[in-house]
Amino acid sequence: MLGEGILKGLGETAKNFAGSFVSKERLTTVQYPEERIAPIENTRDFPFLVYDGAEDADEAAKLAGLRCVACQICEKECPPKCIYIVKSTDKKPDYVGKPQIYPARFDIDISVCMSCQICVEVCPFEAIKMDTEFELSTTDRFGGLLFDRDHLARSNQHYHKIHPTEAAEVDARLAEEKAKVEAKAKAAAEAAAAKAAAASAAPPVVKPAPAKEPGA
Amino acid sequence: MTVISPFWTNLDQIFVLLQQWIESFFPLWLQPAVGSVLGVVAIVAAFPGIFALTTVLERKGLGRMQNRLGPNRVGPLGILQPVADGIKSLTKEDIVPLTADAAVHFLAPVVLVIAVFLGFAVLPIGRNMVLANLDAGLLFFFAIGASTELSIFMAGWSSRNKYSLLGAMRAVAQMISYEVPLLLSSVVAVMITGSLSTVKIVEAQSGFTGIFPHWYVFTPWGFAGFTLFVIAALAETNRSPFDLPEGESELVAGYFTEYSGFKFALFFLGEYLGMFSIAGFAITLFLGGWGAPLSVLSFIPSWAWFFAKLFCAICFFIWLRGTLPRLRQDQLMNFAWKFMLPMSLLNLLVAAAWRFLPEGPSRWVVCSAVLLAAYVLLGRVLMRHQHLGARSYRYAD
Amino acid sequence: MSSPGFKTYRPPVMEVSEEGDELLEVAMGPHHPSTHGVFRMDVALDGERVVKLKPVFGYLHRNHEKIAEKASYLASMPYTDRLDYFCSLTNNWAYALAVEKLAGLEVPERAEYIRVITAELTRIQNHASAIGFLMQEMGASGTPLMYAFREREKILDLFEELTGSRMMCNYMRFGGCRVELPVGWLNKVRVIVDGLPRFIDETEALLTGNEILMARSQGVGILKPDLAINAGVSGVMLRCTGVNYDIRKVDHYGIYDRFKFRVPLGDHGDIYDRYMLRVLEMRESVEILKQALKDVPAGPIMDPKSKIRGFRPKPGEAYGRIEAPKGELGFYLISDGSPNPYRYRVRPPSLINLTILEDMCLGQNVADVVLIFGSVDIVLGEVDR
Repeated sequence: MLGEGILKGLGETAKNFAGSFVSKERLTTVQYPEERIAPIENTRDFPFLVYDGAEDADEAAKLAGLRCVACQICEKECPPKCIYIVKSTDKKPDYVGKPQIYPARFDIDISVCMSCQICVEVCPFEAIKMDTEFELSTTDRFGGLLFDRDHLARSNQHYHKIHPTEAAEVDARLAEEKAKVEAKAKAAAEAAAAKAAAASAAPPVVKPAPAKEPGA
Repeated sequence: MTVISPFWTNLDQIFVLLQQWIESFFPLWLQPAVGSVLGVVAIVAAFPGIFALTTVLERKGLGRMQNRLGPNRVGPLGILQPVADGIKSLTKEDIVPLTADAAVHFLAPVVLVIAVFLGFAVLPIGRNMVLANLDAGLLFFFAIGASTELSIFMAGWSSRNKYSLLGAMRAVAQMISYEVPLLLSSVVAVMITGSLSTVKIVEAQSGFTGIFPHWYVFTPWGFAGFTLFVIAALAETNRSPFDLPEGESELVAGYFTEYSGFKFALFFLGEYLGMFSIAGFAITLFLGGWGAPLSVLSFIPSWAWFFAKLFCAICFFIWLRGTLPRLRQDQLMNFAWKFMLPMSLLNLLVAAAWRFLPEGPSRWVVCSAVLLAAYVLLGRVLMRHQHLGARSYRYAD
Repeated sequence: MSSPGFKTYRPPVMEVSEEGDELLEVAMGPHHPSTHGVFRMDVALDGERVVKLKPVFGYLHRNHEKIAEKASYLASMPYTDRLDYFCSLTNNWAYALAVEKLAGLEVPERAEYIRVITAELTRIQNHASAIGFLMQEMGASGTPLMYAFREREKILDLFEELTGSRMMCNYMRFGGCRVELPVGWLNKVRVIVDGLPRFIDETEALLTGNEILMARSQGVGILKPDLAINAGVSGVMLRCTGVNYDIRKVDHYGIYDRFKFRVPLGDHGDIYDRYMLRVLEMRESVEILKQALKDVPAGPIMDPKSKIRGFRPKPGEAYGRIEAPKGELGFYLISDGSPNPYRYRVRPPSLINLTILEDMCLGQNVADVVLIFGSVDIVLGEVDR
């Protein structure tokens, strides 16, 4: 009959209209910025550099705990080439104590960055991770979206706050690495100590001169 | 009839009493003029106020139908949104194209607004509350309504823009085609009442059998007439699903493309006021005007019933707008000439039969059966003629 | 030289009425409330009928293929997200498929299941949005669009949990998927998939029997099967003419052979058929999802042979194609042993489907041109790359 489909359609909209007063599913508006939805854990926005230290550490402490060793792998793999790294000339000890170079400059231009997360994927040192902040608009059109090393450095505690599962895994891995290195160092130290102890405890072994046969 | 206390009677007539009280300050020879002026002022104040509320209601209603909130920032629940819109339209620059015909360009929205305001003059808003009690009120209303089409054509013509002209011609063609079923479907009310006066038509519907009213919509021919009238009214006022002249995605420009600022707001106002006046007229003809739906509720003032029915009509229009896509131009015209016109003519015959058949269930059955059969047959024939219909789909094996 | 059975195709020319009126030439776009992006159509009208139609695009050209020649294979993956920006996961899969063919990588089972689940979710949200946009152009004041977006939001939230981003997912890798499923993700997918049939039923109740929709779309924009085949049209556009060609069934890529699903076909080739096919395909995708979610095996998600850095496939060429929601999305790669491809070509389904726009629109009303264009369901990111 003519008009049936229209009446069914009218019924649908009426159902939605009435439902919008009673059920949350039929009124999906979230009145940002007064209301916000809970952030999803795995979300990614722009990168940041991780340092092991307190959240309000000063610049020197940030640099001391910075995990990045300026290997420049992320710079090479970045698709839009938004990372710019300048290596340092001196070295600083990393989380296991080994001296490593560090980035004298580490700039990310977030107006170019496309949040693809490839830098995170290829970093062998768990040094660069994705942050979740997106309210980054600024009126400074020339430098406002160019983040330098100190701006990018955030503490490991911040990483735990935004990506708890991931951060826990990373910490476990790093602790494992550190334990391995320490075990190796300990074993090497023990071996050296044992050797030194053996060397100092036993009397000096005199090598017998080669016996010379009289009249050889 | 139950006795209604004087409090309710006075409330029903409160505007009439107010008018008489103000008139009493003036000498006798001046009183009719003052009364008319007061009525005009009341209409000019009330209906644009309803227009303002309707814009918010429409946006919020559409929003709720679409699972979202409408405007809610300006004022509590967004009530002051029309104030913001009004300020915006007043402060926008009024651009008139250089080659446009300036006088006609200026007059078009003015003609529209004046014409629709004139239409309110013959609507009985309450008991004894009609501005102009004309004997040929219906005729007056339709004559004035036709001049709204003039203003649309003036708008399109004066813009000197071939796209606007196309849009205006389409709009005028649509409105002229739908005038015919509009008038024919309203003639049935005149036939049964025996008068062209809107006041008499409402009074003819103000009786009750038991607690049910004598509204014309509760009769077979009245129901058909009401449906046809409402569909034609949607087309007259360019509301969805007949809003092709306003559709930006279909046509490159509409007839009011070259209008900006306050003139655009006037067009908007004129359209909505036209919607109210035609809805009010449908209420007058078929829904009993200011009459109460149940006799036990007749203590509620008559003007309150009129505005309540108007509110329901507006909500219905908004509901339609949120649901239906729009028809194409040639489909609109086909629908008007091939479906609405034969149905309205048939409705005239059925109303005549109703008048002359004896009272009782037989005339109900006969009239309803004839109308239903015609509707189903005509609908089927038209849809099949255009190869439209539900389809079934096969799957690949 | 002409091969037997091949007729030279001449584009159609409409006869103009003899009154000698000038044709009204209208440029629809590039800024227009109803185009699916920046796209222009130069239309010549005789009264209300379309006499000539010339599509003009390229406003969104971003040098995707040239960038891919300079960037490594991995670095092209985020760029493929941005081709058909509605369906980034299927773009990723098509590219990964092509590279896996090139380098001879094998995908573990768990990754295949994840690929199918994400691809079908993508298909559902794409078809819902396409229907919504078509209705928006028809003047239904956005109501079906809002309902479609309501469901799409749920699916996008799933993608954000899995991949980190709602639309630019960058999730597939050569030989598997990038990251393991989060805990509880499959249960969330199950809940949403259980709610999808109700949404499809509501959409059908609102739209399918609507007489105005039928009047606007039945018999409009008819496409004939032989023209569709000759023009290389694919996807819903091809199946609406009655040709049975779904790459999931033809190529047997991935693990689609394990799932029972049907391929709906249309008979008339008009806009209504395309609308209905999208609805029916949404239902079939729900069926696939239900089957896939039942038994996702445990295991690795990456081929152990694949490398993230220093990936140099052996010299050769490969063409990998999938049934993307918009049609056949294919990647053609030529490798010369270096870390960058020698040639990287995208076969964009939207562009190929647009080549017959003029044929479909000739003789139609100008108000229908916008509808026909909307029913092709294109995304300018893919057309212009």
